[in-house]
Amino acid sequence: MVAGLSSEQRLEMRAIRKSFGAQAALDGVSLSVAPGEVHALVGENGAGKSTLMKVLSGAHQPDGGEMTLDGRPYAPADPHEARRRGVGMIYQELSIAPHLTVAENIFLGLEPRRGLLLDCAALRARAADTLRGLGHAGIDVDAAAGTLSISQQQIVEIARSLAMGCRVIVFDEPTSSLAQEDVAQLFKLIDSLAARGLAIIYISHFLEEVRRLSSRLTVLRDGRSVATHRTTEVTDAQIVTEMVGRSVAELYPRTPHRPGEALLAAEIPGRGALTVRRGEVVGLCGLVGAGRTEFLRALFGLDRTAASVRVGAFTLPAGTRVRWLRHVGMVSENRKEEGLALALGIADNVCLPSLRQLGRGGFISPAQRSAHTTRWIEDLGIRCQDPDQPIGRLSGGNQQKAAFARLLEADCDLLLLDEPTRGIDIAAKAKIYQVIDRLVTDPVRPRAVLMVSSYLPELLGVCDRIAVVRRGQLGPLRAVADISSEALMREATLS
Amino acid sequence: MTSSAPGARFGKILSTFGPLLALIVVWGLFFLFGNHAIGSAEGLESIVQQTVVIGIAAIGMTFIIVSAGIDLSVGSAIALCSVVAAKLAVGGCGPMTVLPVTLLAGMVAGLAIGLLVVYVRLIPFITTLGTLLILRGLALGLADSQAINAQEVGWLRFWLNSLPDNLRWLMIPPGGWLMIALAAGATAVLRFTVFGRHVFAVGSNEQTAHLCGVAVHRVKLLVYMIGGAFAALSGLMLVAYQGQGDPTGATGYELDIIASVVIGGASLSGGVGSVFGSLIGALVMTVIRTGCTLNGINESTTRIITGAIIVLAVLVDRLRRRAD
Repeated sequence: MVAGLSSEQRLEMRAIRKSFGAQAALDGVSLSVAPGEVHALVGENGAGKSTLMKVLSGAHQPDGGEMTLDGRPYAPADPHEARRRGVGMIYQELSIAPHLTVAENIFLGLEPRRGLLLDCAALRARAADTLRGLGHAGIDVDAAAGTLSISQQQIVEIARSLAMGCRVIVFDEPTSSLAQEDVAQLFKLIDSLAARGLAIIYISHFLEEVRRLSSRLTVLRDGRSVATHRTTEVTDAQIVTEMVGRSVAELYPRTPHRPGEALLAAEIPGRGALTVRRGEVVGLCGLVGAGRTEFLRALFGLDRTAASVRVGAFTLPAGTRVRWLRHVGMVSENRKEEGLALALGIADNVCLPSLRQLGRGGFISPAQRSAHTTRWIEDLGIRCQDPDQPIGRLSGGNQQKAAFARLLEADCDLLLLDEPTRGIDIAAKAKIYQVIDRLVTDPVRPRAVLMVSSYLPELLGVCDRIAVVRRGQLGPLRAVADISSEALMREATLS
Repeated sequence: MTSSAPGARFGKILSTFGPLLALIVVWGLFFLFGNHAIGSAEGLESIVQQTVVIGIAAIGMTFIIVSAGIDLSVGSAIALCSVVAAKLAVGGCGPMTVLPVTLLAGMVAGLAIGLLVVYVRLIPFITTLGTLLILRGLALGLADSQAINAQEVGWLRFWLNSLPDNLRWLMIPPGGWLMIALAAGATAVLRFTVFGRHVFAVGSNEQTAHLCGVAVHRVKLLVYMIGGAFAALSGLMLVAYQGQGDPTGATGYELDIIASVVIGGASLSGGVGSVFGSLIGALVMTVIRTGCTLNGINESTTRIITGAIIVLAVLVDRLRRRAD
């Protein structure tokens, strides 16, 4: 490598390797980012993005390869040293101390002092300065950080990185918990950070975001950096092919669906009514916060509402237990907090609603439990060590497959799916679409699916009928052939 | 599926047998470098006699802690139940009356805690800090603030008396066997029943349990009632051991009991724990105490050692979790 070239880069990672036991998580990753550049890192879940970032932030030490920062060797022993050297991370899960003020959060660990005392005036002034520099002078430096919105908390974190003098900032899927307008704000902010000469690494699932922000992108697959492109010189299809290692021509299976008798007839007073037939997939779209999730939760009896829910011949009272008994199951949008008990094993998670069928008189046969779980592990291709492995150790896609397997194990007739493919890789998405298709086209007992999604191509690809939820109101159901994504978007955003 | 990596398997073995290993090491150290009496039949008997009260209550506490709850009033519940049992037994009631009434007393106390936690939505820690005083007060009131002598109640004393020569083959007092049998039963319930798995699910993630149709409220109520039932049995064993129902007895036991469960590998944030681990935790603490006494180590040093072991156990547990 030419010496002159490498000194232009702010950060260089060369042939980084890292193994855990026999498994190579990183097997030769090279990545460089120049001052003023936004470099995007894309790849499926499990491709090694998070391990790479842990190496960069000093949480893991690499087994091989080298890193340089501004031409000098860079090998942080821990995250603290990484920060001191000027590498800051903005994670998906924010690390704000909710009870401290904004100013205290920004200068946490670097508080200006006067002798032994905290210099409150300087602290507040400098915090206000930093926020003004970010174009967010509106954030009150004296407010408790926990009272801010998520997007404001994110800005506080960015301000903290700047206050520490970071020259490289890594964003790890920063938009996953933001509303649309906050995303636009964040993008502007990232642009301005780059314009100031900071080097930005931006990790995302969303190719649109990568296109909007980055000048170069690197694709990671199976722990290797497969390719680096100028963003303007590569097509989406090419990126996806490189991410998956094969082309995903038929992501959405288009087996003809033959809707049969109505299975679900539901009405929530003041919000709307709908029916779902056996053998069809019905989609609910709308903006985040429009009430789609609340609708689904009301149907599943998770929240107390006046919903009247009929499944087949039965009118269901409130409560989730009776729904599982009637073969109605739900996948939560919030996999980590609600969907799964992360510390428990796969088998415990998959079999939880239907434990009684695994034995007699309240006893469970461990052999049956393993056998049932193994069946779904194989059917859905869940990558794991054994059925009792804690589910929190699996990748997002495999976790979601397990959350889905719960509904299969309970032999559900009606599947309520809330963002069933959020934050999972393309291969896992393809698998879930395939299983949905298989369930609704079952020749003996076609199932019914009602799903909520924020991703319109997915709804248009999977559903037979779609309704828009706007401000808590359910719109009319329309056949998917009669609508376009533009029309849906217009209906969702119409005020 | 791939086969488990050797590291993961080692971690699993360690987390299953870690507490047992600790017990053997502690006992071995005292035996090798101290008074050999800790390995004698009398030493064993004395260890068991001192462990049973804590151990039985720790079985119930395991249910509570696995469900992500806590019961700080278990010592008071033990004292209350010992008073109830002693009072009835001294008044001439037989085991067929004493046992159910004492159990009922313990379970009602547990139910009260459960109702406060579930329906009034109080935090278990604070709730049981309150019931700690309430139950102690009830015990004192019921016993008129005086210990009730039950030395002569043979059928109760039998459980933790030194073994008579014709029963030497039992090796440890019957109370010890009772504790082991209860632990076996409790293990079966926690691991192989729907209810047991629901306890783990509620402790690991209450929202998930609710989503999956687990009757979260009922599970929590039952868990505290089970805790109360084991506290009652523990109270009976206290009478057997001390020969009296003492309203000021078992003071501070809650800490020993919770420490036993934690040394045994349970997590105070719920979802993790094993009954036999808790028993071993209780044994570790008794062995340290007995060992110190036998070797003439004074009370202050004993306490420091016990405390250090608890901290060490939690530390080892953290390292173990990080390793696997």
